[in-house]
Amino acid sequence: MPRPKAPQLVPQLVCPAGSLPALKAAVDHGADAVYLGYRNETNARNFAGLNFDQKAMVEGIRYAQSRHRQVLMAINTFAQPGRAADWQRAVDGAADLGVDAVILADIGLLDYASQRHPALRLHLSVQGSATSYEAVNFAHREFGVRRAVLPRVLTLAQVETVIRNTPVEIEVFGFGSLCVMNEGRCWLSSYATGESPNTVGACSPARFVQWERSPGQMTTRLNGILIDSFGDDEPAGYPTLCKGRFAVDGETYYALEEPTSLNVLEILPAIAAIGVVAIKVEGRQRSPTYVAQVTRTLRAALDELGRDGERFHVKPAWQAELARVAEGSQVTLGAYNRPWR
Amino acid sequence: MNHGFSIPRFKLPGLIAAIGAQLPQWPHSLALATALNAATKLGLLREDSLALLEGRSFLVEVADVAGQASFTYRGGLFRPLFKVPANPDLSFRANLSAFLQLLARQEDPDTLFFNRELSIVGDTELGLLIKNMLDAVEWPQLPRLPILRP
Repeated sequence: MPRPKAPQLVPQLVCPAGSLPALKAAVDHGADAVYLGYRNETNARNFAGLNFDQKAMVEGIRYAQSRHRQVLMAINTFAQPGRAADWQRAVDGAADLGVDAVILADIGLLDYASQRHPALRLHLSVQGSATSYEAVNFAHREFGVRRAVLPRVLTLAQVETVIRNTPVEIEVFGFGSLCVMNEGRCWLSSYATGESPNTVGACSPARFVQWERSPGQMTTRLNGILIDSFGDDEPAGYPTLCKGRFAVDGETYYALEEPTSLNVLEILPAIAAIGVVAIKVEGRQRSPTYVAQVTRTLRAALDELGRDGERFHVKPAWQAELARVAEGSQVTLGAYNRPWR
Repeated sequence: MNHGFSIPRFKLPGLIAAIGAQLPQWPHSLALATALNAATKLGLLREDSLALLEGRSFLVEVADVAGQASFTYRGGLFRPLFKVPANPDLSFRANLSAFLQLLARQEDPDTLFFNRELSIVGDTELGLLIKNMLDAVEWPQLPRLPILRP
């Protein structure tokens, strides 16, 4: 008789919820945890009509927790001068609601939460921009942080180094639009509009965005700055400064970064093997349909990894489904497989 | 979300648009405004989001049918506009299949937009608000139309 295989450790799947239907889509399609935020600038996806009011929050938490899934609340912007109480109230509200953890970036807020709600589980947001085990261990020692979400700037080897040198659980991004990879430290949006994720909870806020159509062409501007123009059949992207095409030395190209999406399916076994505890899907601003599509695909992949371990291979159908919903025409492994250190 | 049935991507033949363009457009506007008011009455649309639509004008164009519907929101009601505004605050344009895929929550609006199958022109923040308002709707379980049964 074959010996039973030791069960492969499979990372948790953490999915975005910008609305109640999105939360339910994530839970129904196999997310282990969902993350969400209030309808205000305490969360880094503060867009018109998005996110949860108190009533939707209560219902969403009940829906997820009654099905044994976790709810993580993102309060991941930085308290603005003179208004720290607004951010503290959000933490108090999360503790009252009984969420499984809060995701924080602001050191002052981490301090408040650890003192005021010692039983509340704290995760360090990607916006906290901790890229070394020293930074992660500092957050653990000072505030009792139990998990850190690493910014998408590290190679797989660097992620492994962090994991080997910290007792803190490590979560990494697995799928979604890629940012210029300077999370928590990026001020490009503020340069163009005076507002950025860390301050108002939105990168390139929609009220600064203009789409202009002319025959055969669409141009996009951010607060008047020309970001890009697209032919009628060319895929378009949301106009952030980092993903624009600019004329530099007589050449017009993506001078900062090409619009690409991250997709780690190919390196899922390696991610699991180095001990990553959770994989996060980007996209609280996307629809319930996107959440359902991405969640069920990654669930299928993670389940197969759990069953087949080293014999895991990526199914073309998964890649096709993920490629379709990705922003930009390219899907990459981001920094994980870059040779640089 | 998984109905076991999926709406294919299609484009109706040009003849249909040629005929559609000759038809009066006001019935579309009336039907759409009536449907939106029904949704409001059922409490499906968030009140704080609705309040931000006050006085704004909208145009929905179904390209391959050459159908247009325009409406505004005033005093708590969606009202059809019988004359298409020259510069609506927001206009949506797509082929019928894309609108059906959106309604069935089979495709994500951002996906359609990035792939240029859905065009949104006008006030971007208003567009985002509408998108998020519709995404947040919890559609009641309606009896499935026979045509949509697998």
